[in-house]
Amino acid sequence: MDMVFSHSDDVVSREIDGALIIVPLTAGVGDMEDDLFSMNETGTEIWNLLDGKKTIREIVDALAGQYRADAGEIEADVSGIVKELLKRRMIVEATAA
Amino acid sequence: MPERTYVFHESMSRYPLWKGEGPPADRLDIELTERCNNACIHCCINRPAGDRQSRARELDTKAWKEILGQAAGLGVMTVRFTGGEPLLRDDFSELYLFARRLGLRVLLFTNARLITPRIAALLADTPPLEEIEVSVYGMRRESYEAVTGVDGSYAEFGRGVQLLLARKVPFVVKGALLPPNKKEQAEFAAWASTNPRMDAPPACAMFFDLRGRRDSAVKNSRIRRQRVSPEEGLAILTRDPERYRAEMAEFFEKFLPRPSDLLFTCETGPGCVDAYGLFQPCLSLRHPGLTFDVKRGALKEAVAYGYTRLKEMRAVNPLYLKRCARCFLRGFCEQCPAKSWSEHGTLDRPVEYLCRVAHAQARFLGLVMKEEHAWEVRDSVERIENLKRKVKAS
Repeated sequence: MDMVFSHSDDVVSREIDGALIIVPLTAGVGDMEDDLFSMNETGTEIWNLLDGKKTIREIVDALAGQYRADAGEIEADVSGIVKELLKRRMIVEATAA
Repeated sequence: MPERTYVFHESMSRYPLWKGEGPPADRLDIELTERCNNACIHCCINRPAGDRQSRARELDTKAWKEILGQAAGLGVMTVRFTGGEPLLRDDFSELYLFARRLGLRVLLFTNARLITPRIAALLADTPPLEEIEVSVYGMRRESYEAVTGVDGSYAEFGRGVQLLLARKVPFVVKGALLPPNKKEQAEFAAWASTNPRMDAPPACAMFFDLRGRRDSAVKNSRIRRQRVSPEEGLAILTRDPERYRAEMAEFFEKFLPRPSDLLFTCETGPGCVDAYGLFQPCLSLRHPGLTFDVKRGALKEAVAYGYTRLKEMRAVNPLYLKRCARCFLRGFCEQCPAKSWSEHGTLDRPVEYLCRVAHAQARFLGLVMKEEHAWEVRDSVERIENLKRKVKAS
């Protein structure tokens, strides 16, 4: 929960028509050579908070304050997306970046 | 409990450049140079590789970066780097990386002669996200160099292709059917089929365009001599007749034009920026009255200017109005303002060669009878239905 993540140099994020698009920059990010990615609304919001400064705990707290949703559910969402983004090499631990 | 997914594979086809009204945002063509290290007998664009005048007029690195930045800002997803031979630019790698770091995909058109280990490594480590398209002019040194006119070009092409293969850079190949390589087509197709990215026979140009700059009557006359006759073209296109019929039935199902004097009915991307910073509606259309200087105005302005103007342009040539405007083969036939411009210097004069090519194919498909003209056909919908039924039955 105290870890900090930032966007990886292996991808470029773009906002097109209000939607977040993640474009692989280096080889091996996508399953295929021409993959592009988008995120759902929750994912987009969390992506924008993964700024290399905020800890996961701070992100969960910020979202919990904003949505007054169940903290456990928010934590599960944040953990889920961080896990997926790490697997896809789209984020890195900020200290390791 | 199943794991939730937050990241999705995305298709970019659903993003118009501007909501509702805009042209598709999928691709902007970037003609990095008109110069080429080949001097192909059929080429509609190339200037000599060492042409100092062309080189001096070309946009510099900073200007191209500015345009690429604007393209990304507009929502363009892919830029096609073409020419001429784009790898002739000393700053190719810099521009390529710049575009990719903006999140643009790059579609590279090349003859592969200038692929070096360094370029192959760049394309492998920072993939273009689009298959590179490599032009192939022959399967042997004699035929290849009879087309390119350059000694040693075949060996360089072979080396470039090997480097791409060695670094597993995805590419496809395409050919040009010309007198020197005519007898090698089966060999070309067999070689192409060994490329894992080729899931269909390679595309092969044969109805060559004249020079869009209208800069050389001598070269245009040479290009005309390389063209196949409509009958010869038909024989090649229908080598697999069932497949051809099925593809064409599908085409006509999607595109059946209504009679119209509107000149621009094609759905091209936002357009093309030529080597000197002039925006033009498409790669082929170089009518000086339809260009916009992006050194003096924003790319967005150029796209909007071109798009709105083109949508309103109407044909006035009586022959066009009598024939093309009423013809149900419009769209299937390659007649378009760009072809008319390069052939005749006007946007709306029928190109007889293309008309004959389209009619030969339409007769094979049973859409037009012998001695009949497509613009006289009144029951085109019924004829297309017949074609679809025939395809279904087979």
